[in-house]
Amino acid sequence: MSAIRFENVTKEFSNMARSAVDHCTLAVDKGQFVVLLGPSGCGKTTLLKMVNRLYEPSSGTIYLDGVDIRQLNVNKLRRQIGYVIQQTGLFPHMTVAQNIATVPNLLRWPKQQTDQRIDELLTLVDLPPAEYRTRYPAQLSGGQQQRVGVARALAGNPEFILMDEPFGAVDAITRTSLQDEMISLQKKLRKTILFVTHDVDEALRLADKIVIMRGGKIVQYDTPLNILNHPVDAFVKELTGGGDMVRQLSLMRTEAAMHPLPPNFQVDHQPTIRGDQDLRQALSLLLQPDTTALLVMQQQTPVGLLTLDDIRAATRGQSTVASAA
Amino acid sequence: MDYLVRNPATILRLTGEHLYMAVVALLIAFVIALPLSMLLLRSKQLATVVLGILGVLYTIPSIALLILLLPFFGLNRNSVIAALVIYTQIILVRNMVAGLQGVPTAMLDAAKGMGMTAWQRWWQVQFPLALPVILAGVRLATVVSIGIATIGAKFGAGGLGTLLFDGIAQNRYDKIVVGSVVVALLALILNRLLLAIEHYFEPARKIKRAARQIRSVTQTEAQTAT
Repeated sequence: MSAIRFENVTKEFSNMARSAVDHCTLAVDKGQFVVLLGPSGCGKTTLLKMVNRLYEPSSGTIYLDGVDIRQLNVNKLRRQIGYVIQQTGLFPHMTVAQNIATVPNLLRWPKQQTDQRIDELLTLVDLPPAEYRTRYPAQLSGGQQQRVGVARALAGNPEFILMDEPFGAVDAITRTSLQDEMISLQKKLRKTILFVTHDVDEALRLADKIVIMRGGKIVQYDTPLNILNHPVDAFVKELTGGGDMVRQLSLMRTEAAMHPLPPNFQVDHQPTIRGDQDLRQALSLLLQPDTTALLVMQQQTPVGLLTLDDIRAATRGQSTVASAA
Repeated sequence: MDYLVRNPATILRLTGEHLYMAVVALLIAFVIALPLSMLLLRSKQLATVVLGILGVLYTIPSIALLILLLPFFGLNRNSVIAALVIYTQIILVRNMVAGLQGVPTAMLDAAKGMGMTAWQRWWQVQFPLALPVILAGVRLATVVSIGIATIGAKFGAGGLGTLLFDGIAQNRYDKIVVGSVVVALLALILNRLLLAIEHYFEPARKIKRAARQIRSVTQTEAQTAT
């Protein structure tokens, strides 16, 4: 059963000629990080906001864990869905701790449990509680504010998280590090996440699967690699950078292109690369003299090998995993 | 100044009457202005019309307005209070609307998206964020009320205006001086007091307090470390 399911969902606004969201059907599996990607006005935010009923669909149904969301009390529904928006979403008159406590307070958690949760979450997003609890949002950098935003969304321990261009307003370097943190957080937490962005690189880095939208319709729904390799039409190809090979390489992770270690493999003096580094970095290492393969590492343990052939296969659209199988 | 020293009881009584009119008027005005502002937030057209009318009312000279109100409220302080309510409406409503409008929609969206009820959004987010601007309106309205309430003496409402009008009638310069000084002092003191309250709720001030707290904590930590 899918965690989130949209069935023939349409949303019309009275002041718009066409539907903002036009007969969208989409199933998101539990624990998946799904990015809604598309140009502005494509309906991605509208689709997202229908999940926590900030908008009601004009027709169609949305199910959370198989339950029609209209059957739930709207505030109860929202309290079990984390919600992150651009940094303006933090309450400026409340401290970091008070901001994070918003949903626990709405859920009437005992004070001690809430306090514990605040410390836990601040540690999780790498802001030492002793130092940051009593600060106000205005005393934090953009990146820190966004981390508090994520902590606040996680506070009620929701199964689902909706993120609406959360990193849109921070500078490029901070954004990259926030994305890295998001990736490692998601590895630990395995929440079902819907994430809206118009930034293709961000989508390709974060997503398990990407929903590409245009004019209110879902154009393609697939893994990043498949979208790069098999764009359904010229629009998707254009959006994801089409024939630009180097750009494509920089968007694919080594762990997606590597082949598994052969049995009784001997770790020798092969150069190593982390699984979350991209293929462009891998390529520049492979082009060094006397290098034929890279050892792909995840948390200090080797998990696979990467050769020039793997990279070639990945860009040609033949996943090595498939050819090995 | 002799007058002040010789008649403290009278002056105190008149100050009390004066304050009473201003405070009661402000309370009533606030209770009317708040729901009115919330209503105006929902419709721009309505806001333009209502703010226009309140603006025109504000320009009516106080004596004229009081005379207009006498048939309804009688020759007593009720007429004065009614006049003050009408005068302060524009100040309060304009500030409340501005303050409430100043709360970013994205923030209210976030509050809604996290599952706050309409009432919780109002109390926990909208009202506290608008509070500094609303309080600025209350302060201005208070000063205006203290000033206008002086006229009340002419309409049997008592208050510090009594000293002024008596002074003119009896050619007693000392009464006029004492009356004006006490009215001015009253306005100044209330202004300072409300300004302090306003600053207390200002987010920027809260941040400075928090920063001081953080500094003192780190200092204590540093001291314990050494």
